[in-house]
Order: sequence, then structure tokens, then C-alpha cells
Amino acid sequence: MAKVGRLFGLVLRLLALGATMSAAIVMGTSHERASVFAISFEAKYSDIPSFKYFMIANAVVSVYSFLVIFLPAETLLWRLVAAFDMVVTLLLTSSVSAALAVAQVGKDGNVRAGWLPICGQVPKYCNHVTGALGAGFAGLILYAMILLYSVHTVLYPLLD
Amino acid sequence: MALDNGAKPEAVHDSTLVSKAPSNQVLLVLRLVAFFATAAATIVMALNKETKTIVVATIGSTPINATLTAKFQDTPAFVFFVIANGMASLHNLLMVVVEIWGHKFDYKGLRLAMIAVLDMMTVALASGGDGAATFMAELGKKGNSHARWNKICDKFGTFCDHGAGAIISSFVGLLLLVLITALSIGRLVKPRPATLSPV
Repeated sequence: MAKVGRLFGLVLRLLALGATMSAAIVMGTSHERASVFAISFEAKYSDIPSFKYFMIANAVVSVYSFLVIFLPAETLLWRLVAAFDMVVTLLLTSSVSAALAVAQVGKDGNVRAGWLPICGQVPKYCNHVTGALGAGFAGLILYAMILLYSVHTVLYPLLD
Repeated sequence: MALDNGAKPEAVHDSTLVSKAPSNQVLLVLRLVAFFATAAATIVMALNKETKTIVVATIGSTPINATLTAKFQDTPAFVFFVIANGMASLHNLLMVVVEIWGHKFDYKGLRLAMIAVLDMMTVALASGGDGAATFMAELGKKGNSHARWNKICDKFGTFCDHGAGAIISSFVGLLLLVLITALSIGRLVKPRPATLSPV
């Protein structure tokens, strides 16, 4: 029973590793050059701090997932892993939420603030960012499940 | 879980003793403070509004005024911030009420587990709201030259100040919520009798 449980946790972590790594990579490689009225306009992920935060957060989380996969079972470090899982889930929610907020402004603009949407000029960049956000969401949901599962694993031997 | 059903009746009888344990009182105080922090963030951001009248043109000798209003509803990120903090403060209030008056109610011995899970969910929600509002506020404060978005804080200083205060208060509430979650997960561990060897 413990083996099945451990396998389930491992599978979840592998999936989360894939999701967060792909989110970081897709966001990092989003880059498009357009010219509007003879002005060259280049859109990179590093122009917008929110996207930088998203990329860095997902990169950190994917490195963390990679390291945890190699942790041997039955060490006391799993309690630390449960605590870190909570911190990591927080990081992921705030990064996805921040990137989504700014991407929504980029797509729809904000009339009251006088901000024009930029997705009309750089549609491929927008699609790229949307894909990264989707992967980030998938990573977030997976990590929420991992968090519940690891807290359950850590507490279960102590609950009776 | 069958074991839990058998083992729980003693815990229910002991609950009046448990409620006076120092860790529960610390938890209660933390929840109250977190409730005030998140409620303050919600209220300050919800009432965040600034109206400015600026002279747009002058015809002859009469100036034409345009009234610009900055409200929190203009930005979906702030709307989400208000909703998330509102739900977090409701959650804290509910948990305080349950701590003080709800010890008779138990559902198959899962009450502490449900409280811990709800705490985790609230932490995730609150951190999402904070992240979005922080980056939106940064965008409003510094603008973004690459996207040709102008900053708005130089024109609407009070709006920005109130927003900053609400975000800071919400971060304090989030920090406290993380502590509360850790404590309420720790409460799930039942104290073992001294005869058993630790795992």
C-alpha cells in the first residue's frame, strides 16, 4: 500500500515537473518583433516584470520538483518537503495570478488608464504567453494535489 | 478512518480541555489578527476611489474641466484582490466562531482535518490575490515603456497610496494565514502515549 502511495506521489511530481518546466521554457522563449508605423517594436518576456516573476517562479519550482524526485523514501526530510510544498504552491498561485493580470491588460487594454492592448500588434507573442499560462495553471493544480497528498503522507503514520 | 471513529469519542470529551490549551489560544489570537488584516485590506481597497478634475482646454476665458475617476473596479486584478481578501476574512471569522463556540459539532472526527484543508485553500486564494494586485500596482506606479503604458500614480497619488496600504495589509494577513495553516496542520497530530516509540 505504501508502495502504491509512493508511486502515485512520484507520478504527480513528475507531471508537475513537466508542467512547470514547460511553463518556464515557453515563457522564456516568447519573443516577437513587429513594426508599427515604421517603429520596430520588440516584445520579450523580460519587458514585463510580471512575466519575469512567472518564469523565475516556475523555473525554481521545476528545479525543486526535480530534486525531490530523488529523495529516498522514509527519511525525516519528507516533513520538510511537505512544508516546502506549501511554500511552492503559494509561489505558483501568486505567479500565475500576477502573469494573468498583466496578460489580461495586454489583451484587453485598460480604457480608464489609457493603456492600449498590445495583442493586436504581437499576436504570436500573446499566444505564446497564453500557452505558458496554461502550463502554469496545470502545474498549479498538480501542485495543489501534491500538497494535499504529501501532508496526508506525513501525517498518516502519526494519526493513530 | 474506522480507527478514528473508535478513538475520537475521547477526543470529543477532551475537547473542552483542548480548547484551553495554549496552542489553541495562540491560534485564536492569530486568527483574529489575520481577520483584521484581511478585512482592512478588503475595506481599504473597496473604498479606494479618487476623482480629479483637470483642465483640458480653455475657450476664451472659461476653462473646460474634465473629471477623471480612478476606481478599483477599473482593474480586474483589484477586483480579484477585493474578492479574495473578502473570502479570506470571512474564512478567518468563521474559524474564530467555530473555535469559540463550535466544539460540540464534529463530523466523523474530521473537523480538524477540514479546518486544515480550508486553511490551505484560503492561503492559496489570498496569495493569488496578492500577487495579481502587487504586479498591477507596480505597473501603475512605473508604467511600462515597452508596451507604451503610462504610469498613473503621478496623477492619482491618493489612489496609489491607499492601494499600497491595502496590499501591505493583505501581505501581513497572508503571512499570518501561513502560520495559522502550519499550526492547524500541527494540531492534526494526536499526542502519543509515552509508551509508544516514535516513528
